[in-house]
Amino acid sequence: MEQDTLREWEYKCIQEEPPECTAACPIHVDARLFVKEMGRGDREAAFKVLARTMPFPGILARICDHPCELKCKRLELDESLAIGLLERSCVELTTGKVRVQLLPRREQRIAVLGGALAGLTAAWDLLKKGFGVTLFEQSSQLGGSLRELPNALLPEEIINEELAILETLKGDIRLGETLDEARFEEICREFDSVFIDREAIAGCNLPLQLDDRGDVFIDAASGATSREGVYAGGGSRDSGTWSPINETLQGRKGSLSIERFIQKANMEAGRGNDGPYQTRLFTNLNGIASTPRVQPANRSAGFSYDEAQAEAERCIQCECLECVKSCLFLERYQAYPKKYARQVFNNQKVILGAAHTKNQFVNSCSNCGLCETVCPTNFHMGDLCLQARRAMNEQKLMPASFHEFALQDMSHSNGEPFSMVHHEPGREKSAWLYFPSCQLCASSPGEVLSSYGYLRERLNGGVGIMLGCCGAPAYWGGRDDLFRESLATVRSEWQKLGSPRVITACSTCKSLFMEHLPVMEIVSLWKIIEEQGLPQEAGEAEGATVVVADPCSSRHDPETQEDVRRIVQSLGMTIEEIPLSGDKPECCGYGGLMFNANPKLARDVVTRRVATGSGHDYLAYCAMCRDHLAAGGARVSHLIELLFPTIAGGDPAARGWISWSERRTNRTRVKQALLREFGESGEDEMNSYRQVSLIVSQEVRRRIDERRILEDDIRRVIDHAERTGKRLLNSQNGQYRASLQSENVTFWVDYTPEEGRFTVHNSYCHRMKIVGVKS
Amino acid sequence: MSVSNEATGWSCSACGGELEIMKVGFTYMKGNFEVELPACRNCGMVLVSEELATGKMADAERILEDK
Ligand code: SF4
Ligand code: SF4
Ligand code: SF4
Ligand SMILES: [Zn+2]
Repeated sequence: MEQDTLREWEYKCIQEEPPECTAACPIHVDARLFVKEMGRGDREAAFKVLARTMPFPGILARICDHPCELKCKRLELDESLAIGLLERSCVELTTGKVRVQLLPRREQRIAVLGGALAGLTAAWDLLKKGFGVTLFEQSSQLGGSLRELPNALLPEEIINEELAILETLKGDIRLGETLDEARFEEICREFDSVFIDREAIAGCNLPLQLDDRGDVFIDAASGATSREGVYAGGGSRDSGTWSPINETLQGRKGSLSIERFIQKANMEAGRGNDGPYQTRLFTNLNGIASTPRVQPANRSAGFSYDEAQAEAERCIQCECLECVKSCLFLERYQAYPKKYARQVFNNQKVILGAAHTKNQFVNSCSNCGLCETVCPTNFHMGDLCLQARRAMNEQKLMPASFHEFALQDMSHSNGEPFSMVHHEPGREKSAWLYFPSCQLCASSPGEVLSSYGYLRERLNGGVGIMLGCCGAPAYWGGRDDLFRESLATVRSEWQKLGSPRVITACSTCKSLFMEHLPVMEIVSLWKIIEEQGLPQEAGEAEGATVVVADPCSSRHDPETQEDVRRIVQSLGMTIEEIPLSGDKPECCGYGGLMFNANPKLARDVVTRRVATGSGHDYLAYCAMCRDHLAAGGARVSHLIELLFPTIAGGDPAARGWISWSERRTNRTRVKQALLREFGESGEDEMNSYRQVSLIVSQEVRRRIDERRILEDDIRRVIDHAERTGKRLLNSQNGQYRASLQSENVTFWVDYTPEEGRFTVHNSYCHRMKIVGVKS
Repeated sequence: MSVSNEATGWSCSACGGELEIMKVGFTYMKGNFEVELPACRNCGMVLVSEELATGKMADAERILEDK
């Protein structure tokens, strides 16, 4: 990933955009944080938030005309937050004092002409920036129209106290100055730059171009006047719409322009957000109850302490996080995609030897695409993670443990034990090709065979069959080399059969083929059944209610989702729709190989889904969804089990968990059964270890399966130990313990031989390699 | 990594010898370690307990993978 790509990703996630209130505030007070502190009752902290942005917070917080409230998100629900009143109550009830952080002193000297709000703001800002500031005021006191406000709102002593800060900052204040043309010229010669507060120079006749209303003309963006180095602003009072916050903004813009003028920096660059602007932040208001604004008991006195707190608690604390709310993976790592994009980028860029602390993160995403659907700007975290995985593979930095088990499972499916391509027995041509998928064969071998029978009976022109894996594990693991290789095989075998129409029973195969082998014409098994009618043996499930668990790979395939629903209804069942279906299904934990790289997270994903279920049985039409939900303790069946029941009147939803070892055996069973039917020998070669006969309790089977240990792995260990005698003996219980290192994993087994068979008590494994004993 | 004395009760079934605590070398993802573990002095067979494999060793593997 390059810098520009990172920027694009970062820009796409709008979580860090300001809330409406802050964007609408002319000077961008962090109103969300301010209100939050008020809601916690921490006025000192709230005051600090104001003082970070506001000049003279004791004044402005009392009198701001709060345009922010007109944009507050709560307006869409009920009434806006009373931000203005809250600011007032904050400064009335705190003893907070402004502690100004001064920047290093600079040698340039700036003159400010006029001490009303705009000029005062400019003086305040320029002093803070370290300039020498002289403030010239014609009258005998600073403040201008601030002095005309009711004393109950803005007491005289507050004005004096706040304005005294200018002197603390070593501002040079000259009152009773005459500001005529001659004096102005003098000032322009003496100072490096000038700011003019238009409210306070009435009748001065300065030699500057005027606008239609007779005010000093200024450029709206920068406040520049017709003379170089002279900036102006303020004076809206005369136009009849005096806005304290806009006066403040004009002083602020002027001070910023002056700083750029002095530094000879670009005047326009990056100033698009000076003043109010439209934020890109999205905030979901679903589920937020309507609550009216708190009304102060004594209107003129403003909020009491408790009233202010109650009002502040109405704030939604606007933010997006739509994706984080619906994805446990995004939630678990405690940030959001904008931050994640940066972390992924940094992880990829670290020089060898430094820590790649996001390796597991990048490999834990299930690639399900739910984030893209719920995100207002369609941020697809899966795409980001996938490109990072590809890069890790290219740089040879991918730890084998993340995907090895899944890739071995894929090579099992694409190897001798399972893979096979054949025309329909007795035919030389195939109009159709059934691709039942490796995982459906692994989970429901009998049903797959029956469904193949059904297809041959209903469809004309010959239905060939292809057993194998679609390549999804390689795709998810970022192993493009393996993925392309596996696709190429599928493609050439399919062409050899005469490019028949392909029938898929798995949504992952369907979506991968459609995207990567667009020459293939693909139709789902469910569409065929929907069109051709239910198989005779289909179970009657009259009256049952099920939750259809759409697989994440069906997200963009509403047609299949509807076909499935129609079949379910024609079976006599009622469907309970859940929010995470249709275009919003959640992954079961298999997708993206999450189950392999982060097994704990995958378990938690399923556990959360099962725990928030309605209590009705799930009906899946993806084998991995069925198997993962079952492993998570849910009652779940696969549609194929209802259509082609192996036991009439059975209860497939009670079938429960199945081990990875059984999965492999089941696949081989499908192949053997077909070979027998095709009249070809159906015996697989027997390695010596395959004859090791195991006795394994259900509890041990479950434990070893979670550790991704296959019964064949155990057979190899025992076979090796028994042949070589290399085993350890525990004198306390008489059990043997033996180990064998395969390519990357060392397997350990505790066992007892029993009349030619072996009872397995336990098995575990590690990836660290034993180098040997040091003497 | 260190491990409690687990050598007692175990013997090597190849030579019949008792296990003793010895230094055992491990390697993973460019990292090298030494751990004191029960092992057979004659045959070099090492005993890794379930506790060690699923605990400290698994943790160390995770850490090395995020490197
Ligand atoms: S009340 Fe005024 S200063 Fe406060 S956030 Fe709103 S506009 Fe900004
Ligand atoms: S609800 Fe709170 S955060 Fe959102 S716009 Fe209103 S004041 Fe700002
Ligand atoms: S949904 Fe997620 S990725 Fe999209 S803008 Fe919101 S926080 Fe960012
Ligand atoms: Zn020995």
